[in-house]
Amino acid sequence: MTGYIVRRLLFLPVILFFVSFITFTLFRIVPGDPVVVMLGPKYRPEVAERLRDELGLNRPFLVQYADYMWGFVQGDFGTSFTKRGVPVRDLILPKMWLSARLSAAAMAISLAIGLPIGFFIAHKQGSWIDPAIVTITLVIMSIPIMVTLPVLLLTFCTRLHWVPCSGWTGGFDTRILIPAVGMGVIGIAALARLMRASTLDVLGQDFIRTAHAKGLSPIQVDRRHVFKNAMIPIVTILAFSLAGLIGGSFIVERIVGIPGIGGFFLDSIFQRDFPVTMAITLIGAIFFVLANLLADLTYAYFDPRIRYG
Amino acid sequence: MATAATAAQDALDLRMRPRRGHFARAAYRLMRKKIAVACIVTLAIVYSGGIFVGAIAPHDYEFQDYSVINKAPSFVFDQGIKGFWTESHLAGTDRFGRDMFTRVLWGIQNTVILTVVAMLTGGLVIGVTLGLISGYYGGRTDAVIMRIGEIFTSFPDILLAIILAATLRPRVVEWVRWIEDNSFLDGLVKSGVADYVVISLALVSFGWIGMARLVRGQILALRATQHVEAARAIGSSTPRILFRHLLPNAISPIVVSVSMGMGSMVGVEIILSWLGIGIQPPRPSLGLMLFEGGVNLSILRNWPWILLAPGVASWLMVLAWNLLGDALNDVLNPRTR
Repeated sequence: MTGYIVRRLLFLPVILFFVSFITFTLFRIVPGDPVVVMLGPKYRPEVAERLRDELGLNRPFLVQYADYMWGFVQGDFGTSFTKRGVPVRDLILPKMWLSARLSAAAMAISLAIGLPIGFFIAHKQGSWIDPAIVTITLVIMSIPIMVTLPVLLLTFCTRLHWVPCSGWTGGFDTRILIPAVGMGVIGIAALARLMRASTLDVLGQDFIRTAHAKGLSPIQVDRRHVFKNAMIPIVTILAFSLAGLIGGSFIVERIVGIPGIGGFFLDSIFQRDFPVTMAITLIGAIFFVLANLLADLTYAYFDPRIRYG
Repeated sequence: MATAATAAQDALDLRMRPRRGHFARAAYRLMRKKIAVACIVTLAIVYSGGIFVGAIAPHDYEFQDYSVINKAPSFVFDQGIKGFWTESHLAGTDRFGRDMFTRVLWGIQNTVILTVVAMLTGGLVIGVTLGLISGYYGGRTDAVIMRIGEIFTSFPDILLAIILAATLRPRVVEWVRWIEDNSFLDGLVKSGVADYVVISLALVSFGWIGMARLVRGQILALRATQHVEAARAIGSSTPRILFRHLLPNAISPIVVSVSMGMGSMVGVEIILSWLGIGIQPPRPSLGLMLFEGGVNLSILRNWPWILLAPGVASWLMVLAWNLLGDALNDVLNPRTR
């Protein structure tokens, strides 16, 4: 087990190397020049040249890459091109934290509604309720979020005035509701389907029949045996979704006007601010890989039969 | 209860049509599912609408008719069937007086082309081939392919697709222009080929690995079965074993995964063009129309069809693929029911 974890962790630098190299290279083959974007109307060839020297953009490609990565592993993500002199770290970490809180709220909504639905319909297998609810969740899940969010906003902000319409005050206030519900709705269907499959799996096991046979009431069987075992795959999915928290949602942040990491990432791409793009991609990748590992480990922890060699 | 009924149905199928194979029986069972049939019909209508839009579109997608700006859906009944088709604005018009129905159809065409191309190349050709190789040869080949896949999936969410679509486009446009200059092909750049190439690439980048992993898992399990061992013992060549003995047995999960995958590819394509890195205007795309109709709430309040027309089209596509995938899963992999 320890050997497995160590091997996975050792592979992390390799992944980071490739991810960073691919991203760095892609930004080198784009014609757009970050210096041109930075200077805008104030562009003069000699100023641009000086700026390039200052930013180190005149050095060979590999030197720039090595320099950036050397800084990155030491926790220095460079300075932003568009916001001169501001360290990338100070720019992105607060935004990541913000997006993570939004995603956490969305996930809480998906969990609170999705899991009970999934658990319930698994018990109704064979009746019309099960396929009906599965279909309904799919119908709702398939609505594009760029449609749900504006409709929700129009209904609950401008018509009913229940919640403020846009913006972000930083905390858990009513503004978080609409984006969180919009994002959460997609997860409801996914989680309900997962929970249903996992519960069905457990319900078919011999020990459930034994539990019934030894005289436990159906509620006790559900509570002690079915629910706990059905949650195992779900918990691993949750560990994996932790990574999604950092990615933020590009669409939601754009529509509602939340200054999160998703919108910032897109801006950095369009403005050729590649220290920012690199940092977000790499941090995201680290989280993703670690969350993957965490998912595997939680799976093994909850189900001792699983052994990673 | 349900399984008993289907088992009886299966027995009946077998008795009545003794020589039908696995897929014929699966198709028969699929056709008995109302939802599956509804999905197939919906997809057929939406897709043929997109594919044949050049022949059937009631209006021109670029034509700006300033007498009907932001007009609600209208139906002209008094001019016969042809008049109904060409005079009505079935889904209203946008702020330039362009017919939304026509634009949605063209948008569907773009989505259809992109997702089908990406699924065929990325999912089926690259994904299945690499999965076959990886699963059959194992060892170092397997390790390399799977590690590469791991790198691709280490980009969180659709970040890789976004980065690819945002960065590669100008470079690909240059290549296409070069091809245009050095060959007899004209109007390549204008036809938007570059956009198609870039976005397909972005979609492929995230679509191949899931399929490769699925096929690899199937092959790993099948490789150990006796009929494969027997085939190897009588001296069958590797391609023969791969394509005659292994692949046909792995088709069922592939079919299901293609159907589900089409749904998510449509979703990603729409996200990319919503973000402005997909198909470029003036060519209409569903994502861009959703952007125009949804970002400004006053548009949604006053002229909701500008958001809802492309919204319904994309919703139908994603939903039909997902539901069809579910139904296919039921009929092709009865054990997981």
